[in-house]
Amino acid sequence: MRVPFGWLTEYCDPGLAPEELAELLSMRAVEVERVSRVGVPSTDGFEVGRVVSAEQHPNADRLRVCEVETSEGTRTIVCGAPNVAAGQAVAVALPGARMPDGQKLKRAKLRGVESNGMILSERELELGDDHAGIMVLDTDAAPGTPLADVLPITDSVLELDLNPNRVDCMGVYGVAREVHAITGAPLAPAPWELDAEPEGGGSVQDLASVTVEVPELCPRFTARAFTEITLGPSPTWLRARLLAAGMRPIFNAVDITNYVMLITAQPLHAFDLDRVPGGELIIRTAREGETMTTLDGIERTLDAETVLVCDRDGPAGIAGIMGGQRSEVSDATTSVLLEVANWDGVNVLRTSSLLGLRSDASSRNEKQLHPELTIRAQRLASRLFAELCGATVVPGTVDAAAEIPAPHRISLHGARLDSLLGVPIERAEASAGLGRLGFEVAEAGERDLEVTVPVERHYDVTREVDVIEEVGRLHGLDRLPRTLPAHPDRVGGLSREQLVRRRVEDVIRDLGFDQIVSWAFVDAGLADRLRLLGDDERRVAVATHNPISEEHARMRTTLLGGLLDAARHNLARDVARVALFESGPVYLRESAGDEGGPLTGRFAGRMPPPARERHRLAGLLVGGLAPPTWRGSAPAGDAAGFYSLKGALETLAAQLGVALALSPGAEPFLHPGRAASLAIDGRGAGWIGELHPLVSREWDLPGASAFELDLAPLSDAFGGGEERYRDLTSHPSVLQDLAVTVGEEVPAERVREAVAHGGGELLVDARIFDVYRGEQVGPGRKSLALRLEFRAADRTLTDAEVGEARERIRRELAEIGGSLRE
Amino acid sequence: MVDRIESLRAEASAAISAAPDRAALEELRVRFLGRRSELTGILRGISELEPSERGPVGAAANAARTALEDELAARREALDAAEIERALEGEAIDVTLPGTPPVAPGHLHVLTRTRREIEDVFVGLGYRVLEGPEIEHDFYNFTALNHPPGHPARMLQDSFYIDSTTLPAGVLNERGLPPGPQDVLLRTHTSPMQVRAMEAQEPPIFIVVPGTVYRRDTIDATHLPMFNQVEGLAVGEGISLTDLAGTLDHAAKALFGPERRTRLKPDYFPFTEPSVQVDVSCFACDGSGRLANGERDPLCKGTGWIEILGAGMVDPNVFGFVGGEYDPETTQGFAFGMGIERIAMLKHGIPDLRLFFENDVRFLEQFS
Repeated sequence: MRVPFGWLTEYCDPGLAPEELAELLSMRAVEVERVSRVGVPSTDGFEVGRVVSAEQHPNADRLRVCEVETSEGTRTIVCGAPNVAAGQAVAVALPGARMPDGQKLKRAKLRGVESNGMILSERELELGDDHAGIMVLDTDAAPGTPLADVLPITDSVLELDLNPNRVDCMGVYGVAREVHAITGAPLAPAPWELDAEPEGGGSVQDLASVTVEVPELCPRFTARAFTEITLGPSPTWLRARLLAAGMRPIFNAVDITNYVMLITAQPLHAFDLDRVPGGELIIRTAREGETMTTLDGIERTLDAETVLVCDRDGPAGIAGIMGGQRSEVSDATTSVLLEVANWDGVNVLRTSSLLGLRSDASSRNEKQLHPELTIRAQRLASRLFAELCGATVVPGTVDAAAEIPAPHRISLHGARLDSLLGVPIERAEASAGLGRLGFEVAEAGERDLEVTVPVERHYDVTREVDVIEEVGRLHGLDRLPRTLPAHPDRVGGLSREQLVRRRVEDVIRDLGFDQIVSWAFVDAGLADRLRLLGDDERRVAVATHNPISEEHARMRTTLLGGLLDAARHNLARDVARVALFESGPVYLRESAGDEGGPLTGRFAGRMPPPARERHRLAGLLVGGLAPPTWRGSAPAGDAAGFYSLKGALETLAAQLGVALALSPGAEPFLHPGRAASLAIDGRGAGWIGELHPLVSREWDLPGASAFELDLAPLSDAFGGGEERYRDLTSHPSVLQDLAVTVGEEVPAERVREAVAHGGGELLVDARIFDVYRGEQVGPGRKSLALRLEFRAADRTLTDAEVGEARERIRRELAEIGGSLRE
Repeated sequence: MVDRIESLRAEASAAISAAPDRAALEELRVRFLGRRSELTGILRGISELEPSERGPVGAAANAARTALEDELAARREALDAAEIERALEGEAIDVTLPGTPPVAPGHLHVLTRTRREIEDVFVGLGYRVLEGPEIEHDFYNFTALNHPPGHPARMLQDSFYIDSTTLPAGVLNERGLPPGPQDVLLRTHTSPMQVRAMEAQEPPIFIVVPGTVYRRDTIDATHLPMFNQVEGLAVGEGISLTDLAGTLDHAAKALFGPERRTRLKPDYFPFTEPSVQVDVSCFACDGSGRLANGERDPLCKGTGWIEILGAGMVDPNVFGFVGGEYDPETTQGFAFGMGIERIAMLKHGIPDLRLFFENDVRFLEQFS
């Protein structure tokens, strides 16, 4: 909402500069986004001039050489306008004056004649569109009078950023009421207080009638008629105000409807009475698929909930949004039927969203205006039709009204006021402030008030708490003291799951990974590019109904897509190390279960969430974690970084005291021979592997490895803080190395398991430290070297005991085709 | 005889200190202290001497022997050290080659870090951290937050609605126009958790809710369809607007520095009444609106203040939707919501929202 400062202060002028008033309004009432300026930057050098003579230019057909009387006597001005003539009062800019675009006017020689200034058109002063000729002023002011005294050639505009509850401030008088309330400066009587004097006999009922078929959607419809209208341009002051407010002046009858709306916030619509057959209007809903052409020349297709203003020939306007082309006011109009109606805001908002059609009228009507405003607008408009169009105001008003809602009467309890705001407020202060806002206020009891809400705030202020807000903001929110809630019994903290998640993120970060955050929505083609098969549940995604683009249509079911995109982005920019992780939810088309907490998608509240959101940790590594140096790059045989990534994951698990089990597995996006499933405490927890070459190629990556891990099992298994002391010093352990030869096809973990099983409880650790292939073990076989640690808690082990364990290990290994190399 | 011993000892001493290597030293040991050496011979022949000579000769010979043994050992050690030094000279490396770096730690995303900072400020004030679903019922996102269907306030947050055919069977959802409580959408704010949390817990309640939210905006420097917020809710007896002012003043100082000031302005949110906007004094110009060089501060646009969050007293209608212990007539408390990206942008001078989701390592590495 653009509020011209000069217009506003005509109703209430606290004597503040525009910027000061803007600041005050922002702090106490409504946000002023900025203060802008219309017209000339300074009024210096602009005067009223009188044309003494206007002669043909000797060297140019289209130019006149004028003698113009100004403050410094008569001066010569060359003018190109066809309408300039002796005797006219005109607007003159003297050399040195600054034009609206900031340019300084200079003396100039035009075809050999020096011009000492400029006679101005409307457009040159930003007072209108007219550039066909100069502005001829309707003034008796003496030549040399400052132009600003007779024309609004400059003004500031307060640009309000209004919230939907303050439709009252979509009218200039509503803003003036706020200025009055916060400064106490006197408020001029409302411009609609005086009605027009009707003329002649007869009545509007003879010329027009209204039938409202849908009173619930049209609580009030009023109409007045104006005859013998003289159409023409509006006076300069009115056009200047419309322009400053951001509307284009057209001609008086239309300008009046816009001007009244800008004062009262109530939209109006003028019909050409002669183009409304029989003056008969019907308010009804549209038939499904019915069409009409609106004022902007576009044919619109309507649905059955659209409300129409119709005449006998069909739709004449979409209620509260835009009139129709067929009966619009034109330069041939002599009589106007003025509609001022009240509509159901929800319906207007619905229809305007559906049609994608927003207008100055709909932006007000959708916020629900009060039916009483219609009469205010009729009264003010009637006076202007009489004054500016010379119209005859036909007596009477067509008024089809459902019941006008009774005003809200609200008790404001002093105790509640003080308790909610946290500071004591004097009853007199509250009472005075509310009174200035237009509330009727009566004292009740010792501390309370009974208030009646004014019609322009009827839908915004309905409860005690709304009244408290008004009192609070007028008191000044910035004046409130700062306190902290007095609830000493509260205890803050993070949940176990939140602590684990932080820990996980920190550890994986410390291991060399950079955290990314990627879009939760992905394109439908991702599933194919990840080679997910037809029955893969990750193809089943929750999708948005109205995505910003197909690329953002589906909710992700794996974090891998975002990591791949980020890896490609960074590799293309020659980033030295691409080791990335993401910690965030995936969205699954499953009902959220009753088990677990936020990591499994179970959240507080009576209704379970509509889908399942599981928190995952995923990582992607291109090459090794350590940067290549002059001593060499990644360990041999691990160009894709699989073992580095696995090592990081194992360290993560160890840091959390969690046993993470890997077993050979398969995922369509992983290398078939280099993929593993992850399990924690026997529960499937994710996958790890080298990316399938086709997937790597799709994202322009060299070899890379990735993992994805469900955080819930990790969090459940987290043993932090629960460790028990074990005595490792009283009885020393026995360390032995073991070399095992097995077939190539036997996984190392299987060998380790066999060793661990055979070693029994005396074997407390067995880890593989070397793998050898070569002549000594023969083709198709490999040799694994393990370091074993034997220990008993209650005694020092004897050679015999360890020997027995070794023998059992040998037997276990034989079962999987393994033998000991002695 | 004693004289002879002294001269032997002097001769041996001189030879030992001049020995060039361990082999020469061994030769000297054999020559002067070996079984066939003269000194050993003297010691062996003591018993054949006159009794009066036995004492002095024995003492002198033993002293000479001990002294020479010590000298031999000392000389041997000196020779060893020199030999090691000579060997090391051949083992020199180029100390100017680059060192091998340890695996350098990575980086938490600046959004994670900022979210944790905010969480920790409120944990310190006695708040618990709660999380909620991003795919949410319209009921929690709008209806129970006092946005009735068709309410113009819904227009402030253009929403992504969920295609109901892509939800699990049995979920309450139905696409309506205007959208209503039966719909399912991507939450447009973290505020739905106010209602969920109150449904699950009686007052008093002190919580913050970090999380991702979605609005149907096209991507540019200041708009994203997905971003992050932290919601706050404090409900309990006597909790007032001044408590809101004090709490958020504390938070602003904790996040932006102890010298910051805050101010409250009127604002509008359907689910708070009164509603306020909280501004923090600008850290670029310290609230003056002018930079040191006298130019208008572009960060606060010369106003000296920067908007950081929206807040207000919980609207009684919200308590009405929660029901139970939350009597709309008597319950009071405040709520607030702040954008994590906005806080991070202000704290770190990040100019463009898109940087947060581009995942460029050169950006990520700037924040550890």
